Amino acid sequence: MNTVIQLLYLLTAVFFMLGVMRLRSPATARSGNQLAALGMAIALAATLWANHRFAGGALIALAALLGLVVGSAAALKVRMTAMPQMVALFNGMGGGAAALVAAGDWVARGPGGAAGAIAALFTVLVGSVSFSGSLIAFLKLQEWIQGRPIVYPGQKAVSLLLLLVDLAAGVALAAGNLGQGPTPMGLYSLLALLLGIQVVLPIGGADMPVVISLLNAMTGLAAAASGFLLQNQVLIIAGALVGASGTILTQQMSRAMNRPLSNILFGAFGQLRTEGGQAVEGTVQSATVEDVATLLAYARRVIIVPGYGLAVARAQQEVRQLMDKLLQRNVDVRFAIHPVAGRMPGHMNVLLAEADVPYDRLYEMEVINPEFAQTDVALVIGANDVTNPAARTQPSSPLYGMPILNVDQAAHIVVLKRSMNPGFAGVDNPLYLNPKTQMLFGDAKASLTQLLKALDEV
Amino acid sequence: MGSGLLVETYVFVLAVFVGFQLISKVPSVLHTPLMSATNAIHGIVLVAALTLAASVRTPGGIWVAAGAVFLATLNVVGGFVVTDRILGMFRSTKRSE
Repeated sequence: MNTVIQLLYLLTAVFFMLGVMRLRSPATARSGNQLAALGMAIALAATLWANHRFAGGALIALAALLGLVVGSAAALKVRMTAMPQMVALFNGMGGGAAALVAAGDWVARGPGGAAGAIAALFTVLVGSVSFSGSLIAFLKLQEWIQGRPIVYPGQKAVSLLLLLVDLAAGVALAAGNLGQGPTPMGLYSLLALLLGIQVVLPIGGADMPVVISLLNAMTGLAAAASGFLLQNQVLIIAGALVGASGTILTQQMSRAMNRPLSNILFGAFGQLRTEGGQAVEGTVQSATVEDVATLLAYARRVIIVPGYGLAVARAQQEVRQLMDKLLQRNVDVRFAIHPVAGRMPGHMNVLLAEADVPYDRLYEMEVINPEFAQTDVALVIGANDVTNPAARTQPSSPLYGMPILNVDQAAHIVVLKRSMNPGFAGVDNPLYLNPKTQMLFGDAKASLTQLLKALDEV
Repeated sequence: MGSGLLVETYVFVLAVFVGFQLISKVPSVLHTPLMSATNAIHGIVLVAALTLAASVRTPGGIWVAAGAVFLATLNVVGGFVVTDRILGMFRSTKRSE
C-alpha cells in the first residue's frame, strides 16, 4: 500500500510540473492550473487513504469544511482590483499551516534527530515569518494600515536582535535545554511572528511586487522543509517548485526597479521626504477633455500606459471602451506594461484582462520602448515613477537607473492624474513639465468617462 | 547522513533546478496567475497537516492540527479558484472577435 501511495504522490508531482509548463502561454494556462488542481486532489486522496484514523476526526473535518467554504467564497467574491492582497493573504495561510504542522509535530513526537530538528525549526521560523509578513502586506494593500513605510529609530537593530534571539532559542530548543512542552515552541513561533511583522512594516506599497514574490518563495521553502520533516517527497518537490518560482519573480521585480533586494527590504523606500532630487524648471500645461479627445481622435498610433492609479480608480472598463472607440476610428491602440506597474507581478495584465482587453494588445517594456518614438500620443493613466525620465538622466534621483517606459519620446503626451502630488518614490516627475505634455487633472474614472463623451462629438 | 535524508536532498536540489527551468519561461503577462497558481501549489502543506492530524492524540495537538488543516485548505481552495478566475478572463484578439 505504501508503494502505491508513493506512486500517487509522484503522479501529483508530475501534474504540478505539467501544470506549470502549460503556464507558458495564455492559451494553455487555464488548463495548466486545472491540471495542478487535479494533482493536488490526487495527493489529498492518497493522504486520506493512508491516514484515515483521526483522533479528533470531527474537529479536523470541520476545519477542512470551513477552509473550503471561506476559501472559495473569498476567491469567488474578491474584486480584481483587490487581487494583490488576496494573493498575499492565501500565501500567508500556507506559511501559517506549515509552521503549525512543524510546531505540532515537534510537541507530539519531539525532535527526530539533528536533521529533523533543523527541518522543524526552519519550517516554523520561515512559515511564521511568511504568515505574519503576508498579513501585514495584506493590511497595507487593503489600506487598513498605511501603505507608506512605517519606521521608527533603531528598527533594523530590533529586527536583527529578534532574529538572533530566535535563532538562539532554536539552538537551545534543538539541544533540549528548554524542555519538550508546548510553551518553548510557542515562544519560538511568537518571536518568528514578530520578526515577520517587523520586516514588512517598513516596506512601502510600490515595493509590494517584490515582497509578495519573496513571501511566496518563503512559503514554498517552508513547505519543502516540512517535507524533510515528514519524509514526504511530494512536499519537497512542490515546495522546491514554488521556492524557485518565487525566487525568479523576486529577482525579476528587483531588477525592474534596479535596486538590490537588500535596499528594497531595508531601505524604507518611499518615505515622504522634503529634500532629494533637484527641482525642475518649467510650467505645467493643463488640458481640457475636448483637447485630449481631438488629439486622440486624429492620432494614428496611441500607446496607453496604465499604472496603479488605474487600479485605485477602478477605471479598467472605461479604458477598454476608450480602446474600442479609438479602434473604430482606425487608431492603432497598444498598451505598455512596466514590470512593476501595480502592486504585484503582472497586476496590470489581470486588471485589463478583466475589462476584456485582449492580451495581445499588451506589450512588455523591452518590446514597446522603441515604438514610442513613432507614436502620436502616449496616454499615461495613473502611472508615475515608471515614466519618470529622471531615472535616465539625473544621477541624484532616487529612481536613477531604473528602466522606464520611454513615454517622453512620443509626439504628444497626455497624463491623467489626480493632482501634482509626487508619485510613490516622492520624486518630482520632469515629464509633467515637458512642453509636449498635457495634464488632464481629476479622478481617472471621471476623466475617462468625460473623454468618452467628448470623443463622440469630435 | 542517512540514506533517506540523502535521497530527499537529491530530490530537493533536482526539483529546484527543474523549477527554475520551467518558471523562467513563463512570460510576464502571466506573472500574476503564475504567482497565484504556485501559491495554490504550496497548499500541498495540507498533506502535511492531514498527516499531523492523524498522528496527534492530545487535545492541544488536535487543535493545532485542525488549525493547520483550516489554513492549508484555505490556501489550496482559494489559490486554485482565484487562479482559474483570473485565467478565465484572458482573451486574445481572435477569441474576443
